[in-house]
Amino acid sequence: MRGFARRHPVWTVILVVLAAVLLWLAFAVWPKWLIALIGKKKVFLNAVFNGITLGGLYFLVASGFTLIFGLMRNVNLAHGSLYLLGGYVGFEVAALTGQWILAFPVAFVVVGLLGMLLQYFVFRRMEGEDLRQTLVTIGISIVLADLMLWVWGGDFYNVGAPEWLNGPLTTFFVTAVKSSGDPVYMKYPLVRIVIFLASVVVGVGIWLLLNRTRIGMLIRAGVDDRDMLSATGVRIQTVFLGVFAFGAGLAGVAGVVGGTFQSIAPGEDIRFLLASLVVVIVGGMGSIPGAAVGALLIGLAEQLGSVYAPTYSVVLTFLIMVLVLAFRPQGLMGRA
Amino acid sequence: MAVVEQAPSHAERSWLERVPPVYWILGIMLLIMPAIAGDFILYQIFGWGFILGIISLSLMFLAGYGGMVSLVQMTVAGCAGYMVAIFGTSAIDHISLGWPWYLAIPLAIAVAVLFGTLAGWLAVRTEGIYTIMITLAIASAFFYFTRQNYVIFNGFSGFNGVLPPQLFGVDWRQPAAFYYLVLFWSVLAYCSVLYLSRAPFGLALQGTRDNARRMAALGYNVVAHRVAAYAFAALLAAVGGILLTWQSAQISPGSAGIGPVIDILVIAVIGGTRHPVGPFIGALVYVVLKTFALDALVAIGMSGERFQLLIGIGFLVIVFWSPDGILGLWDRWQRARARDPLLDRGGGSP
Repeated sequence: MRGFARRHPVWTVILVVLAAVLLWLAFAVWPKWLIALIGKKKVFLNAVFNGITLGGLYFLVASGFTLIFGLMRNVNLAHGSLYLLGGYVGFEVAALTGQWILAFPVAFVVVGLLGMLLQYFVFRRMEGEDLRQTLVTIGISIVLADLMLWVWGGDFYNVGAPEWLNGPLTTFFVTAVKSSGDPVYMKYPLVRIVIFLASVVVGVGIWLLLNRTRIGMLIRAGVDDRDMLSATGVRIQTVFLGVFAFGAGLAGVAGVVGGTFQSIAPGEDIRFLLASLVVVIVGGMGSIPGAAVGALLIGLAEQLGSVYAPTYSVVLTFLIMVLVLAFRPQGLMGRA
Repeated sequence: MAVVEQAPSHAERSWLERVPPVYWILGIMLLIMPAIAGDFILYQIFGWGFILGIISLSLMFLAGYGGMVSLVQMTVAGCAGYMVAIFGTSAIDHISLGWPWYLAIPLAIAVAVLFGTLAGWLAVRTEGIYTIMITLAIASAFFYFTRQNYVIFNGFSGFNGVLPPQLFGVDWRQPAAFYYLVLFWSVLAYCSVLYLSRAPFGLALQGTRDNARRMAALGYNVVAHRVAAYAFAALLAAVGGILLTWQSAQISPGSAGIGPVIDILVIAVIGGTRHPVGPFIGALVYVVLKTFALDALVAIGMSGERFQLLIGIGFLVIVFWSPDGILGLWDRWQRARARDPLLDRGGGSP
C-alpha cells in the first residue's frame, strides 16, 4: 500500500478522491440538485449493489480462468461451457434433493472431474503448443454447448434459493428522507448479499491457499518457471491436474451461483466467457487480485452503464478494456 | 533473377503460359459452372461458400503469414455490411441514408478497414494466444453493441432489404450473376493474397512470424508490418462482408455474432492456413455440411439440430490429428504415396 503511494502519488490521490466521492454518494442524503442531475439515490445505490454482486460472480468465473492460464498458459475458451454445465448440474441436484446447498459441492466435483479429464486426455498431449490448445478448447466448447442444448433444451432454468434466503434485507443505507423526517432504508435481496459474501470468502481462501500453503507455493513457482519447478523433482503434471480441476470446479460453482441470481440458458456460456476474458485482460492475466479488481470494475461498469446509458453500456466495458490495453498492456495487476 | 538469366527459355514464356494446368482446369470448370449446376447450388453453395472463403482468407492471411490468429475478421465483415446498409439503401429507411452505391460502398469499405486496423493496432500490442483473447473480446463487444444500439444499428432486428445496385442493367441477385460477381472477387482476393505472400511485404511479414526479434534487429518495423497486415486483411473481410450482406439481403447482430466468428476460424483451420486455397476448401466443406447435414443426420436417425456437434467434432479431429487442415492431409497423403516401398521409389519425388 505504502509502496504504491510512494511510487504513484498522483494515482493515489485520484483513487482516494474517487473512494471519498463514492462513500459520500453511498452515505449522504442526496441534495436536490444531484437528484435533478442523475436521478434518485435508490436507483444509483441499486446499480452499485448489482454491480458489486455481479462483480462477485464474475470473480468466481474469472478466478478459475486466470488460475489455469497463469499456470498452464492455456487459454481455456471452454471455460464458459464449464460454467454453464455447473449451472445445469446444480439445477438438477437442487431439483432432485431439494437442497440448494448440496448443489455447490456436487457442481464443483462434477465439473472439476470433467476438467481433470480434459487436462489428462487432451491438454497434456499438446503441452507447450498454446495455439493448438486454444483451438481445441474452442472445439470442445462447440461440442459441449451442443450436447447441453441436446440434454437441457433451450429453456431458461433457475436454481431456486431456499426459503430462508428469499426476501429482501433492509440495509443501513439511507436512500431518502420522508416528509415526516423518517429515513427510508434501502432494501436489497438477501440472496445476492450472501452470494457476494461467499465469493469474497472464496477469493480470500484462494489468496490464502496460494500465499500461505505449500501447494500454493508450488503453484506460484510453477507460474514463474515451470521447467525449473519440474527439475526440482515436483510432479508438475499432478499440480497441473489439481489446478485444472480446481479452476474448472470454481467455474461450476459459479454456474450454480449464476443460476441462482440470474438464470441459465444456452448463450450464457459465451456471455460469461466474454466476461472472464475482459476481466482477466483488464485485471492482468494469471493474477488473482487482478481478477478481483477487474471483476469489480467490469461488474460496476456494466450495471451503472445499463442504468445511465442503456444503449452504450457495452461500449463502456469495452472502453475500459481498450484504455487498459493502451496504457498497461499487461493488465492492472499483471506483471510486465 | 540469376536463375532466369541462366535459363532464357523460361523467361521467354509469358505469364499466361506459366500458370499451372490445374488452374486452367479449375478456372474453366468454375466459369462454366452456371451451365451445369442449378440455381440453388450456384447461389447457396458456391455463392455462400466463396463469400465465407473470402472472409476466412483474411484470417488465413493473418494467421498463416503473420502468425496472428485474429477472431475479429467476421466482425470487420459485419461492420462493412452494416455500413453498406446504413450509407446505402435498406428497408429501414429512417436510418439508411440512401446514398448512391459509388459513395456508399467505398465509404463502407473505408470504415470497415479503419475498424479492422484499429482492432489490429490493439491486438498487436500483445502476442500469440493473447491476440485470440483480445480479438474475441472486440468481436463480442461489437455483437452486444449492435444488439443493444437502436439509434445507429437498429438493435436486435438489424437491417433487411439490403440489395446490390442494378449495375449495367444486371440484377446482381440473380443466381448466375451473383455467382460470377462472387467468383470475380474471390479470384481477385485469392490472387492478391498469393501475390502479396511473395512480395517484399509478405516475405517481411512471414519473417516477423518466424522471428520477430531478429526482424526488428534487421531494421524492420515489426508493429507497422503487423498493423498493415491487419489493414489488408480488413479490406478482404470488408469485401466479403458486403457480398455476404447482399447474399442474404439482410444484416443483423447475429450475422457477426460469436457463432459466425468462430465459424470463420473453423473454416480456416479445417481448410488449412498454409496456402490461400485452404479457406476456400474449408468454406465449401462447411457450407456443404451445413446445407446437407440436416438430411444426413435425419437419415441416420438423429435430430438435424445436431449440426453444431458434427462441426465441433470435425474441428476437434482436424486440430488433433492434422493441424494444417485438409491441405495438411493432402500433403501427408502425397508424401506417403511418394514413399511407397513396394514400388521401390525410395524417397524420391513422385
